[in-house]
Amino acid sequence: MLGIPRTKRMETLMSDLDQFRSETRAWLEANCPPEMRKPMSSDEDTFWGGRNAKYSSEPQRLWFERMRDKGWTVPHWPKEYGGGGLDGEQTKILRQEMAAISARLPLVSFGISMLGPALLKYGTDAQKQEHLPKIAAGLIRWCQGYSEPNAGSDLASLQTRAESDGDDYLITGQKIWTSYANYADWIFCLVRTDASGKKHDGISFILFDMTSKGVSTKPILLISGKSPFCETFFDNVRVPKSHVLGTVNRGWDVAKYLLQHERAMISGMGERGAGRPLGQIAVDSIGADAQGRLDDAMLRGQIASFEVDEAALACAAERAVDLAKAGQAHPAFSSAMKYYGTELNKRRHEILMSSGGIDALEWESQRSHEGARPRAWLRTKANSIEGGTSEVMLGIVAKRILDLPGA
Amino acid sequence: MPLLLNEEQTMLRDSARGFIGDKAPVSHFRQLRDAKDATGFSRDYWRTFSEMGFAGLLVPEAFGGSGLGAVEAGVVMEEIGHTLMPSPFLSTAVLGVSALKHGSDAQKADYLPKIADGALLTALAIDEGAKHRPLQTAMKAARSGNGFKLNGAKAFVVDGHTADLLIVAGRSAGAPGERDGLTLFLVDPKAKGISVERTAMVDSHNAARITFDDVEVTADSVLGDVDQGGALLDSVLNIGRGAVAAEMVGLSDEVFGRTVSYLKERKQFGKLIGEFQALQHRAAHLYTEIEVTRAAVLKALQLIDDGAPTAPAAIAVAKAKAGTTATLAVQEGVQMHGGMGMTDQFDIGFFMKRARVCQELLGDSNYHADQLARLKNY
Repeated sequence: MLGIPRTKRMETLMSDLDQFRSETRAWLEANCPPEMRKPMSSDEDTFWGGRNAKYSSEPQRLWFERMRDKGWTVPHWPKEYGGGGLDGEQTKILRQEMAAISARLPLVSFGISMLGPALLKYGTDAQKQEHLPKIAAGLIRWCQGYSEPNAGSDLASLQTRAESDGDDYLITGQKIWTSYANYADWIFCLVRTDASGKKHDGISFILFDMTSKGVSTKPILLISGKSPFCETFFDNVRVPKSHVLGTVNRGWDVAKYLLQHERAMISGMGERGAGRPLGQIAVDSIGADAQGRLDDAMLRGQIASFEVDEAALACAAERAVDLAKAGQAHPAFSSAMKYYGTELNKRRHEILMSSGGIDALEWESQRSHEGARPRAWLRTKANSIEGGTSEVMLGIVAKRILDLPGA
Repeated sequence: MPLLLNEEQTMLRDSARGFIGDKAPVSHFRQLRDAKDATGFSRDYWRTFSEMGFAGLLVPEAFGGSGLGAVEAGVVMEEIGHTLMPSPFLSTAVLGVSALKHGSDAQKADYLPKIADGALLTALAIDEGAKHRPLQTAMKAARSGNGFKLNGAKAFVVDGHTADLLIVAGRSAGAPGERDGLTLFLVDPKAKGISVERTAMVDSHNAARITFDDVEVTADSVLGDVDQGGALLDSVLNIGRGAVAAEMVGLSDEVFGRTVSYLKERKQFGKLIGEFQALQHRAAHLYTEIEVTRAAVLKALQLIDDGAPTAPAAIAVAKAKAGTTATLAVQEGVQMHGGMGMTDQFDIGFFMKRARVCQELLGDSNYHADQLARLKNY
């Protein structure tokens, strides 16, 4: 017959995980302040760390410090680098338990979501020792120097030069769309160390301090009225050659590896801080009919269809992690997820705007939290551009997964 | 639990794929259709299916089955979706067994071993109107002596023309639209007052319209509790929905694979049509939809097996999503095959027809999106 009894080993493993779950649940219950279990209402609710880190509240500080001390700002990193040393299943359980009480992330940073994985894979021991613990502890805030005015979707055509000068490089050029460059302490940056060969060759991945002489930043005002991105200028910035991550001229490998993590992060943006269910938000402003259904049948249908897709995407994200753990993941799958997740997040915000009606049009008032909803709506339009446009993502899927000709 | 098939489930898939792919490719279905076969499926293959343990996949071990769950049912359904093999697997091994598992000891002992042996076929008779609305059941089940008298008509009864046992939803109390007052009955299709009309459907699979005219059933033929059949029906329908969603994943995957192959061999304007970005992006989008759907369906089936309270919402998501994805897959499949896709000689149209039927089967995407909204109170 088909039935094969589960082995004893499986059962032991399960009970260890069950115990981890109950301990985690109890610890979170005791240590997560109630204020940190509410959906975030503005950017200030996010703690980014860094040399000039500011806590927006005492509970935010407490929550961060407690999680940091457990190593749970980066639960899956090794303990020697300030992580929690958890395995894949334990990390998943921690995330589930945090989600169950709507706990906020204690620390958000590009060091965690983007640079960290690349450092763990490509860093020397010295580089890992130097940077990872400071990321885990929120001491250094990082920004990403990838795009340039003439190297957007075609990132590999970047022109920022790094010229050899003894043990150093002298870096000159311009980056654009550098998220929070004006708040960042360090930058991980793509520079051209060799212009003689093909465009993908001759790129290096280098790390340096944003307070170095010759670095300047200029925020870019966006359609949302906010400036999360900057233009970043380098004028003969001196950087030791030992700051190159990975092999000189092979920085494109590091960049691509990091982009997979960046794309996974962006695809998950819609899930985080979802807070009050969309349908309820709509009922709050529009009202319900006698049977309790949203009093706008067409919008109700749109919301329901959206929530089908959103729930399905959450399953796909969960499966992607499981596939990766099992060694069965396609390396380009994060591009498919990035495409889907960002398009979905744009749809979510279109629905939020429609649900809010004229109330969601207010731009400057306390009542509207200074136009939080329309500004967030406009911000999401960048989701399908940053980190690789939807069109670039589809091209990657067509070429690397579907193996279509000439893609 | 990881959102992947475990080793045992992978073996099951390989053995299902081996048999279905080898013995019952799409040409097997085409032959049955062309011959206007009276049974509509191969009884020989069903016997082999039962010998392989598939007919009794969900039958508890105590009754001669394998005692497996929704995930395993989905594994087999997905393979069926790849070749469109006509089979009583859904009607009997999934819906029939899931319903009869809730029966009395005598009912279970009577029917389950026979199903596992491949000797008994069942059909679930729910739908009455144009759309799947189980709570709208109007079929009258009036008390009569020690039993009930059934009056009404059922439509879209999958495998209704070959069933040895009908599982019929009737209204023993209340009014259409109400959850209370539903009762499930086990009915012999040869009973007096029943007439069965096999309905030729667009997908050339099996369905029937069945009318009940003063059909007498005894109290012993009630499945579960009188008037309280709603919850039982939900659980049976949900596993069926998960199974149909899995069939749609297999179907979508098959159409997609065939379509991508075609993009790599068909030349126009001096190059492979797969070189055109307009088609590349649509193919990549469809790939993403299928992978997202696959995850949602597996998740829902796992939650059913776990008995999770979130299973009904997950099933609504899975069936809704699988329906829209399959609809997209078959439309892109036909479009990208161009004129060839419109020919009967080419298989791709079979998938389009089957996807349309799978959409309606046990509730379409709109029905399930609405269910999700109700579950979330808006």
